[in-house]
Amino acid sequence: MPTESTSVSGAGRLAVRKTYKLFIGGAFPRSESGRSYAVTSSGGDFLANAALASRKDVRDAVRAARSAFGKWSAATAYNRGQILYRVAEMLEGRRAQFIDEVSAHGAGGDAASTVDAAIDLWVWYAGWSDKIAQVYGNANPVAGPYFNLSSPEPTGVVGLVAPQESPLLGLVATLAPIIVTGNTAVVLAAEDRPLPAITLAEVLTTSDLPGGVVNLLTGRIAETVPWLASHMDVNGLDLAGVTDPALAADLEAAAADNLKRVVRPPAAPVDWHADPGVGRMIPFLETKTVWHPKGA
Amino acid sequence: MINDLYVHGDMVAKITVGRSAYCCGMTATATRPAGPGTGDLSGVARSEATLRTFLYGLPGVDEVGAQARAAMLGTRSIKTSSKAWAIDQAIGMIDLTTLEGADTPGKVRALSTKALRPDPEDPSCPRVAAVCVYPAMAAVAAPILAGTGVHLASVATAFPSGQAPLPVRLEDTRAAVAAGADEIDMVINRGAFLSGRYLEVFDEIAAVKQAAGAAHLKVILETGELATYDNVRRASWLAMLAGADFIKTSTGKVAPAATLPVTLVMLEAVRDFRSATGRQVGVKPAGGIRTSKDAIKYLVLVNETAGEDWLHPDWFRLGASSLLNDLLMQRSKLKTGRYEGPDYFTLD
Amino acid sequence: MAFEYAPAPESVSIVNIRPSYGLFINGEFVDPKDGERFKTVNPANEEVLAEVASAGPSDVDTAVAAARTAYDTVWRRLPGRERAKYLFRIARIIQERARELAVLESIDNGKPIRESRDVDVPLVAAHFFYYAGWADKLPHAGLGPDPRPLGVAGQVIPWNFPLLMLAWKIAPALAAGNTVVLKPAETTPLTALLFAEICQQADLPPGVVNIVTGAGETGRLLVEHDGVDKVAFTGSTEVGRLIARSLAGTRKRLTLELGGKAANIVFDDAPIDQAVEGIVNGIFFNQGHVCCAGSRLLVQESVAEELLDALKRRMARLRVGDPLDKNTDVGAINSAAQLEKIRALSEIGESEGAQRWSPPCELPERGFWFAPTVFTGVSQAHRIAREEIFGPVLSVLTFRTPAEAVEKANNTPYGLSAGIWSEKGSRILAVADRLRAGVVWANTFNKFDPTSPFGGYKESGYGREGGRHGLEAYLAH
Repeated sequence: MPTESTSVSGAGRLAVRKTYKLFIGGAFPRSESGRSYAVTSSGGDFLANAALASRKDVRDAVRAARSAFGKWSAATAYNRGQILYRVAEMLEGRRAQFIDEVSAHGAGGDAASTVDAAIDLWVWYAGWSDKIAQVYGNANPVAGPYFNLSSPEPTGVVGLVAPQESPLLGLVATLAPIIVTGNTAVVLAAEDRPLPAITLAEVLTTSDLPGGVVNLLTGRIAETVPWLASHMDVNGLDLAGVTDPALAADLEAAAADNLKRVVRPPAAPVDWHADPGVGRMIPFLETKTVWHPKGA
Repeated sequence: MINDLYVHGDMVAKITVGRSAYCCGMTATATRPAGPGTGDLSGVARSEATLRTFLYGLPGVDEVGAQARAAMLGTRSIKTSSKAWAIDQAIGMIDLTTLEGADTPGKVRALSTKALRPDPEDPSCPRVAAVCVYPAMAAVAAPILAGTGVHLASVATAFPSGQAPLPVRLEDTRAAVAAGADEIDMVINRGAFLSGRYLEVFDEIAAVKQAAGAAHLKVILETGELATYDNVRRASWLAMLAGADFIKTSTGKVAPAATLPVTLVMLEAVRDFRSATGRQVGVKPAGGIRTSKDAIKYLVLVNETAGEDWLHPDWFRLGASSLLNDLLMQRSKLKTGRYEGPDYFTLD
Repeated sequence: MAFEYAPAPESVSIVNIRPSYGLFINGEFVDPKDGERFKTVNPANEEVLAEVASAGPSDVDTAVAAARTAYDTVWRRLPGRERAKYLFRIARIIQERARELAVLESIDNGKPIRESRDVDVPLVAAHFFYYAGWADKLPHAGLGPDPRPLGVAGQVIPWNFPLLMLAWKIAPALAAGNTVVLKPAETTPLTALLFAEICQQADLPPGVVNIVTGAGETGRLLVEHDGVDKVAFTGSTEVGRLIARSLAGTRKRLTLELGGKAANIVFDDAPIDQAVEGIVNGIFFNQGHVCCAGSRLLVQESVAEELLDALKRRMARLRVGDPLDKNTDVGAINSAAQLEKIRALSEIGESEGAQRWSPPCELPERGFWFAPTVFTGVSQAHRIAREEIFGPVLSVLTFRTPAEAVEKANNTPYGLSAGIWSEKGSRILAVADRLRAGVVWANTFNKFDPTSPFGGYKESGYGREGGRHGLEAYLAH
């Protein structure tokens, strides 16, 4: 980022800039469309050119997410927890960079405490991996000689429109609950504040998270999200970052084609620092109930 | 399906039992089952290993599912004309039984007389299928039943426990036949069965069969001691392979005696055995069947499991003592339209 | 010797069907404002049973307003333990009037009395008992310390289990503190209307339960009504999709329990006799009018022929006929339209080259009937293997390995239920893990219990009914 602190070192050295790319299947491609768009700070300064994802990038991201789903959903909860905790460790290591990016985006509040909250929230979700089934599953006392157990399972591929106003904490608060339970995700980063999301992708790729579990696209939400909403191989859709009610309604209607599980945009501004409870994990969990007779 | 049961002997036995899993760990071919009557199971008991492999290859029985099926059939509502028919059928299938230490010639004579004319008031009432007594009492019943078509069954083989040396059990059998029994109800060696000595059980049944000569052999599995339906299915096949003419649930001396699910599993076994070998074997639940309602449930079970080929005293019996009077009372109720009292039916 | 069972009809004298029914709004039966009525028939003989009101826009308005008032003034303010007592009362009255409900259900729906008597109605009572106990324990439901009701629930239910589906909808809604407007299916409204009488007997406050009868249009009016906070629908995926679309952009909560095309997987080590029973129960229970029916039999190739022989032998024992005969196993198809659909898909099955077999069975002349049918030689590409037939029609496919079985089982847009038959525990657990279905029955099929969550993956809908999970659909947290 060409900010004061990093663009030119004290010795007058010219900084090496980062190219902000998409994150699909564990790789960092540019948009297949070859397009990019300028990202500016809250003050209007040029920050970077981000890739402007196309519908084909959405298609590729969904394909990557689908192919990653089998292994990720079948990984042990302990393993998923370990990997997510590793992500938190890597986040911590990039704390300064995130603070820079968050504050460049002027996302409100104290950037440092926001980043700290994001890291802590990630740790919190990492710990849920092997607890959600115990909290949300059930041994059911049916009236008969049957073993009967309900367990949560991931829904599948979930599309996420990340919150616009909180490019890191909001992203963590919506993405972590999707993947900790075994789903894979296609994320449309905050349109005008995409930089922390891409840096998060860099964190993910160095954290043993299998490629394709999280795929991240930057660009114009209104252009890409309809392809995600109507995609017949996407199972869930979190519209947290859709701010236009008419668009949200259209997306929800499109999502009905294959009965995606939809989380609507929040009715009121969300305090991402608040205790989230299990409310963002449950929408993308399916409950499977297994019966078996008990007989000798 | 036909499987080569073993290939290292001088003969290759074929089993036609319609199931590949019969031969887990053995040569399992994908040949389809041939029609009924083509199976040759003679080699199955060639060794302890072959017999065990065969029995363990039988399909499992899910206890809950079997009980649910039996319970469902127990809800069949048999009314009016079909009830009348079923009651007469049931009477004709009874092995009218007395197996008490206190049995006397007088008691056995009375029972035999009742077997011939269950309802002295009504000559249209059918006779029972057989009278079932201890060997010591067979000679008392024999002259009464001779030539009537009512069979004389005698328990033998150190009934009910079977815990006597084999020669004693065989002699018991021969004595019963000599005294006039044309049906022998033997008990299997449950101790041997439960400890996995299947060949010993097989050989003993075969020996009793030989000792019984022309008499029909009913093999009592004592299902209450076998504990699981898997064991009931295995014991059923074991008995049939060894030559049983009938397989019978219980001695009546062990609880639980006959139950609907146990009988269901045995009926499935005789059905499948006939499909495999062409030989039809009968089934006899005994013990605990006291009411007409119970008896009719058993007939429904036969009807909807093995089928109507088994709905005949040659192929299905009910081992019972007090059942007969309840059937007679119900029979009378159907005829007269009023409920009966026990004082109007003989106690024997 | 043949053992023929004489007719054993359940007496209908216990049931008093009125010639005409109004709508149940605000605790009383009222005439529809536009006066339109339709007839409900007995599918077993096509005789008209009663005239039923068709609720129009202003009727739905009135019903929703009644539910809103009851919610605001009575029900949401009532302590949970008091709501619980009402639900317990309802459960008890259902038990007291069980026979009457069962007979009426069989008359209006066509299902065998053995099923309405032994399955539907006992489960209905059990469901109210179960959720009654939740009404004063909601903070313990795992949905946060202070879960709150949503408001007015608009509920639309199908015709296959009319009263049971009503219980699945109303019991958790009321326990959670919501009030309801429920629309029963057009062809099976009578037990819901009898349930309205039960609400009266229980002195349930007026407006807590409202029953509006009518066809699809009434359902549409209800789910799209602005005064409804929560929509619950059980029915076809096609209609579920329309509802999901129509609710887009609103704040209404939605749960859907939709179609299915369940695979019933039989491995070569299955307990064969029980597997055959499970297959029969899976597809012929309730004439196959079951969203979770095991309509695709996936059988391991090595036992396929043997299993089919046993299945056909068993099917030949099915007793098809008068739903009120206590010995009937398979009753009448619910409507002429459904019968037509089953026929059409079966004909397509034949024309696509699958082999069709039914046991010889005499069907009554009047009424809507379809013999139990099995198609063999079916492949995944056949329409009868992909589309929900919702009738007594089984498609048989084969597989060679567990992986292939799972792959075929999951190869459908639906994901409601599945069956596994094997005596090998570890195989059952591995396969159950990999099946994308909300209910997996291993060595059993079509079992239901109020404590056990039910609902689908993928296009079989979302949300669960039954159990602790069933409360979530009616609570904000």
